[in-house]
Amino acid sequence: MPSALINVPAKAKRGSVIEIKTLMSHIMETGYRHTASGDVVPRDIITSFTCRFNGTEIFRADLYPAIAANPFITFFTTVTESGKFEFEWIGDKGFSETAQASITVE
Amino acid sequence: MRIAVCIALLTAVAGAALAAEIPLSERRSGYSFMSADTRAMQDEDTANPGMLFVLDGEALWKRKAGAANKACADCHNDARVSMKGVATHYPAFEKALGRPVELEARINLCRTNHQQASPFAYESRELLALTAYVAQQSRGIPIAPGDDPELAPFVEKGHALFMQRQGQLNLGCTNCHDDNWDKKLAGSAITQGQPTGYPLYRLEWQSLGSLQRRLRACMTGIRAQAYDYGSPELVELELYLMSRARGMPIETPAVRP
Amino acid sequence: MVIVRPAEATPAMLQAAIRNVVGEANVRTGKVKLDIPPLVENGNTVPMTISVTSPMTADEYVKSIHVFNEKNPQPNIGNFYLGPRAGRAQISTRIRLADSQKVTAIARLSDDTFWSTTADVVVTLAACTEEAI
Ligand code: HEC
Ligand code: HEC
Repeated sequence: MPSALINVPAKAKRGSVIEIKTLMSHIMETGYRHTASGDVVPRDIITSFTCRFNGTEIFRADLYPAIAANPFITFFTTVTESGKFEFEWIGDKGFSETAQASITVE
Repeated sequence: MRIAVCIALLTAVAGAALAAEIPLSERRSGYSFMSADTRAMQDEDTANPGMLFVLDGEALWKRKAGAANKACADCHNDARVSMKGVATHYPAFEKALGRPVELEARINLCRTNHQQASPFAYESRELLALTAYVAQQSRGIPIAPGDDPELAPFVEKGHALFMQRQGQLNLGCTNCHDDNWDKKLAGSAITQGQPTGYPLYRLEWQSLGSLQRRLRACMTGIRAQAYDYGSPELVELELYLMSRARGMPIETPAVRP
Repeated sequence: MVIVRPAEATPAMLQAAIRNVVGEANVRTGKVKLDIPPLVENGNTVPMTISVTSPMTADEYVKSIHVFNEKNPQPNIGNFYLGPRAGRAQISTRIRLADSQKVTAIARLSDDTFWSTTADVVVTLAACTEEAI
């Protein structure tokens, strides 16, 4: 099972803007490399990343081969209530991983 | 292209002064030669891709394996306690074998002797992950090679290998890492070749890699036949590098360009 | 061993990729800031932050940010979809750049106007210390 690292503050004030950082282990093989014998190394990348908060999508990204190995993505969100962030990475060869993080609003 | 770059360097170092050891006060980790962006990647755990391997290592630490059906944790308990400082004195002398072994080989000895499982291959994700997890428990602790008198002749051999010119470019490690560490080679810093961060995430590899992988890359760079993984020569070089870096803090998992 | 065959997006491919996102709309310069090191140590992992000037209110916000490059085999780098609740129109990621080149970021605002900026990046070659994989 590939590892993910998520950085979400455990607590925040209602209405404040927080930064969310995510790091997912993945080789992000571009599909543009060739072996010495000339065969194409097949593309194997994460194509989509989504973050939902209490079920509602708050951020999404389409990724291409130019995203570096072990994709690192950070973004911001406004804290409205306590709840759960769900992260989802989808990619080639049936890749599908999820992670979660909770936040308490003070 | 790359060969051309190397030959340009050869001319640059040819006139350099004779190899001299770097004084203690001038010892600098590769970290200090990096750009602010690359340093930031190492500084923050959630931005450091090496930490993904450490997480994998933590999971493996707790997983039962082999005919003995034992996990590392079953014998060593909490790695944060039992493995603290361990990486600072590797390679260490292994009495049963009569020679020094590096941390990777030590972990594989536990795989075979204590878990009765097959050893992990060098540079396999599992071995890198476990080594990174064990070494990370020494992060911030100064390198303190064992003063085991049995190690002395091996450190000496490593020193000799470090000084010896080799390869088509006829360069020794010392010509770059003692004599020219403040210079640049095709735009990238040469550095002192300090072993403080291993296993580390190298942007060039887009992965974690061991110190031996790094040393093999340097040997290929000077067009020399790289020693095999786990060979006595690579362990001796590691040993010398660690004794040369005495007192410098461990950075595992570091990031390098 | 794996070798890299030189392949590049053509200016026509880049234009087509941008048209795909903006349609017939006019793309203006401004509002977008692209933070990327002008000189990078290794093209495999180049940190990049994009921020857009916007109040990020329910009526006035950034819908999406699109990043393109000139010389990689494919012009697209990534599309990032935000909304008013992001609070701050800023994203970071790490990208690959096969060579020294221009990187362009285009933001789509809530009024469907497009704004852009471009940065030049110089990629220094890895030294002669590479091994075969
Ligand atoms: C059945 C018990 C047992 C298991 C399981 C085991 N070890 Fe060990 N380990 C030992 C013993 C005993 C030693 C001391 C050296 C020796 O006698 O082999 C040791 C030594 C070590 C050392 C060297 C410590 C030092 O201070 O130099 C490391 C590192 C280590 N083990 C890592 C691991 C890892 C990683 C695993 C899981 C892959 C593991 N061990 C599994 C029993 C075990
Ligand atoms: C032609 C010059 C040259 C020679 C000769 C050379 N290296 Fe290197 N070495 C480099 C460069 C350049 C780097 C890359 C610096 C970097 O980005 O980390 C490097 C990196 C290293 C590192 C990694 C340092 C770190 O911060 O992680 C070590 C260790 C090292 N070399 C050891 C050796 C050893 C041992 C030898 C002899 C077998 C050797 N080198 C020979 C140029 C050289």
